[in-house]
Amino acid sequence: MKVLGKPRRRVDGRAKVTGQTRFADDIVLPRMLHMKLLRSPHPHAKITSIDFSKASSLPGVHLVLTGKDFPITFGILPVTQDEYPLAPEHVRYVGDPVAAVVAKDEQTATEALDLVDVKYQPLKTISSPEEALQNPEPRIHAYSELGNIHRLQAFEFGDVAASLKASDFVFEDLYFYEGNTHLAIEQHASVAQVDGEGKLTLWSSTQVPHYVHRCLARVLQIPASHVRVIATPNGGGFGGKCDVCNHEMVAAKAAMMLGRPVKICLNREEVFYMHRGRHPVLMKFRTGVTKEGKLTGMHLQTLVDGGGYGSYGVASTFYTGALQTVTYELPRYKFDAARVFTNKPPCGPKRGHGTPQPRFGQEIQLDKIAEKLGMDPAELRLKNVLKPNTITANWLKVGSIGLAECIKQVVERSGWKTRYKKLGPGRGLGIACGSYLSGAGLPIYWNKMPQSAVQLLLDRSGQVTVFCGATEIGQGSDDVLAAIVAEVLGIDPFEIRCVTGDTGITPVDLGSYSSRVTVMMGNAAIDASNKVKKLIAEAVSEQLEIAPERLEFANGRVFFESKSLTFAEAVGFAEEKFGTIGSVGSYKPPRSPGRYKGAGVGPSPAYSYTACVVETQVDEKTGWITVPKIWVAHDIGRTINPVLARGQVEGSVYMGLSEALMEEQIFRRLPPKLSGALVHKIPSLLEYKSLTSLDMPDVDTVLIEDPDPNCPFGAKEAGQGPLLPVMPAVANAIYDAVGVRIDELPITPDKVLAALKKKKNGEEARVGPTHFPSVPYPDPVLVAPPWEGGDGNADKGSERPKVKLKA
Amino acid sequence: MQPNQLVRLTVNGEPAEAYFAPYKTLLEVLREDLNLTGTKHGCELGECGACAVLVDGEPQLSCLVLALECEGRAIETVEGLGRGPELHPLQTAFADLGAAQCGYCTPGILMTAKALLLKEPSPSRDRIKEAISGNLCRCTGYQQIFEAIEEAARRMEHEGPR
Repeated sequence: MKVLGKPRRRVDGRAKVTGQTRFADDIVLPRMLHMKLLRSPHPHAKITSIDFSKASSLPGVHLVLTGKDFPITFGILPVTQDEYPLAPEHVRYVGDPVAAVVAKDEQTATEALDLVDVKYQPLKTISSPEEALQNPEPRIHAYSELGNIHRLQAFEFGDVAASLKASDFVFEDLYFYEGNTHLAIEQHASVAQVDGEGKLTLWSSTQVPHYVHRCLARVLQIPASHVRVIATPNGGGFGGKCDVCNHEMVAAKAAMMLGRPVKICLNREEVFYMHRGRHPVLMKFRTGVTKEGKLTGMHLQTLVDGGGYGSYGVASTFYTGALQTVTYELPRYKFDAARVFTNKPPCGPKRGHGTPQPRFGQEIQLDKIAEKLGMDPAELRLKNVLKPNTITANWLKVGSIGLAECIKQVVERSGWKTRYKKLGPGRGLGIACGSYLSGAGLPIYWNKMPQSAVQLLLDRSGQVTVFCGATEIGQGSDDVLAAIVAEVLGIDPFEIRCVTGDTGITPVDLGSYSSRVTVMMGNAAIDASNKVKKLIAEAVSEQLEIAPERLEFANGRVFFESKSLTFAEAVGFAEEKFGTIGSVGSYKPPRSPGRYKGAGVGPSPAYSYTACVVETQVDEKTGWITVPKIWVAHDIGRTINPVLARGQVEGSVYMGLSEALMEEQIFRRLPPKLSGALVHKIPSLLEYKSLTSLDMPDVDTVLIEDPDPNCPFGAKEAGQGPLLPVMPAVANAIYDAVGVRIDELPITPDKVLAALKKKKNGEEARVGPTHFPSVPYPDPVLVAPPWEGGDGNADKGSERPKVKLKA
Repeated sequence: MQPNQLVRLTVNGEPAEAYFAPYKTLLEVLREDLNLTGTKHGCELGECGACAVLVDGEPQLSCLVLALECEGRAIETVEGLGRGPELHPLQTAFADLGAAQCGYCTPGILMTAKALLLKEPSPSRDRIKEAISGNLCRCTGYQQIFEAIEEAARRMEHEGPR
């Protein structure tokens, strides 16, 4: 390896430290106008009338749009096309956009919002999953599966009841994971323009320009070939810019109607209300173990609070169940899930998408199991680690697994064996593990086309331009792209120009989500690079009279022993022989063995693994928790750029710790005289607590390289997986420190104090959910695991008829 | 609406003047009237630190400063940090050591760190943590930022302060 694995400045690093990276809100165009959205002050209401005549006549106002201008719904998933760019008659959360004003400047647009007179007829508000279950009416969405239950899912892989019955012990535990939000420092912004040819261009801080492209064409009823979406570098994504957003479509429509560029930048409060963040999830785990500590089966039930719209929710809900099988050997597994609609901002994907919640529950439960069996929790995990090249009970094909080595590393480096349970009062260690996708196996909309594609253009100057639809959200996707092309062609990554995230000029990549970019874009880049390498080798072979397969590409030269050409000379000879040199490469993940309906969520070309040890210090008088140090080991397959890989791991650890200790997206009711609306409790960066530099502990990071054959040079993901074990490791460390179980997030001092008080009073030293409501889960789809004679299909007759969706 | 007002100030060592609505913040005037979009905004409420610039050498949140108050004052932004094409040691260290991921909080942290190093050429890790505790970064987990500031301090000890 000439490039990969060596610490390097990222290719876009200079722009970022000089302020030259152009984010969406930095774009200024001639004649540009500014837009603001009017948002519903009611969590649930019918719109009875909108009068915007006063707003329209305010000097400087160019256009007012309402729901009447947008007859077509949208949604990121084909099965939940349930949002309007502007709500025409029904608003479902405080913040649901109902009108837009376009004016000469932001100030005028903001003033005009006050002049739009919207009359509402408030409806009963559904504020929690319990209320959603108890109140099938009023329906938040007519299309939901049952009352206000958006979607029900139930799968059983082998007879779990029988497994639990035959187990030496069965552990039943409830956990709750509060919702939280992405909090990217960049607020969402978009600029729309109709170009000289009359076609639409939208610059937007989006992680998914391809999906925005498709959606704009459909919602605005214009040919997709006349729409160009350019994803500007995102000032942080974390899943918060994965959805297609109302403002993107409204700004585009306004630009088309006015023939002038239109910009919108959400303010911080609007970003909190747009949300699409972590779903609050209530979980019930029933897990069987043998007295030797082997898992025998698990029944997991989840109740997922979806907020006011579908967003990614159906997928998020599947993800609360799908990945429980890829970390530890689990012979049988049953999974019931329900996502409900509530009148709160819609939840969607946040770093880890649907998997941190059950990971939190399972890893604490493993700690409880270890204690009961008198085993070391690290040993218990090692004993159950999944074997490489396994097909799991729910038919996920897992390749490389470096988890055992990860566990050994954090145990060794943290001094676990001599320090666990021995740190004295108030101080403790906790361990947990996790695993995550390296890219979702299936695209969001069904198709058999490539999921990522790369195009290369070379010329005699030696420059290589690489085009790819992948989106730079800060994680370093441009750097990965340049590094992989550079590795294959033997040149420096800085010789490569990356043109990315532009649906007008780059081949399709589905976007920066599900940790898919390194694997999918990387494989496409290898494909494209090998094709031009072959052409160059053939041409050079003639010049140097050396067989092409003996030529080496390295250090900016093409050579064999002393016979050598510069890369630029080599490309020149290839141009002479073949004409203009370019290539395309593409990638589609391997087909997953699961054949049952629902098997589409969970498959991935490869899975990353992480182990984490957290040390805590708990003040028994105040409940205050400090975290002096965290040890993390991540199985990354192969490291492309260690500087960036470490940044992804430590950034994940930071976000996980912040979720563990303080982050929560919560709501409160205003008093009746102030409308009784359900409003965000803390929609500001000051009050929505997140870790600062002062709170961040030292992190000891180890990258474990267990290359996966499905991945480019073996490289798996690093941006999401390392978050997963942090939250349960914190909870387990608090138990080691002060002997109380906090089975819900965030773990705040008041909860620790409450649990300590219970402990003192001789009650169960635990704070967490005590009740799981009755949920009408359907009979499960029955799928036999591979080792019970299954073939990946569901048992005949157990698959439910397709749910009829009312429009 | 009140009429626009003229303000003369120094920006990155050059005299500048801007004619703007009196309610505008320094952040808005820098970005919208002086086209210095390197300075970012994350909240416009003084909570995130993304808009930090130096006003007469002191780090200030430009979203909380009325531009009118800046008559005659010297403003430094990320655009003025390097010397022509040559990066400031802080910029070099941030780029090389992974201290900028998405890069959105970076200009504010660079300016805050510059102010720290002017006062304390070799700050301890704790002092660095304290100095940038008003700058939120959601990407890095801060470790690589601490290391980059320490590395820049070391380089500047050899090369002299800037």
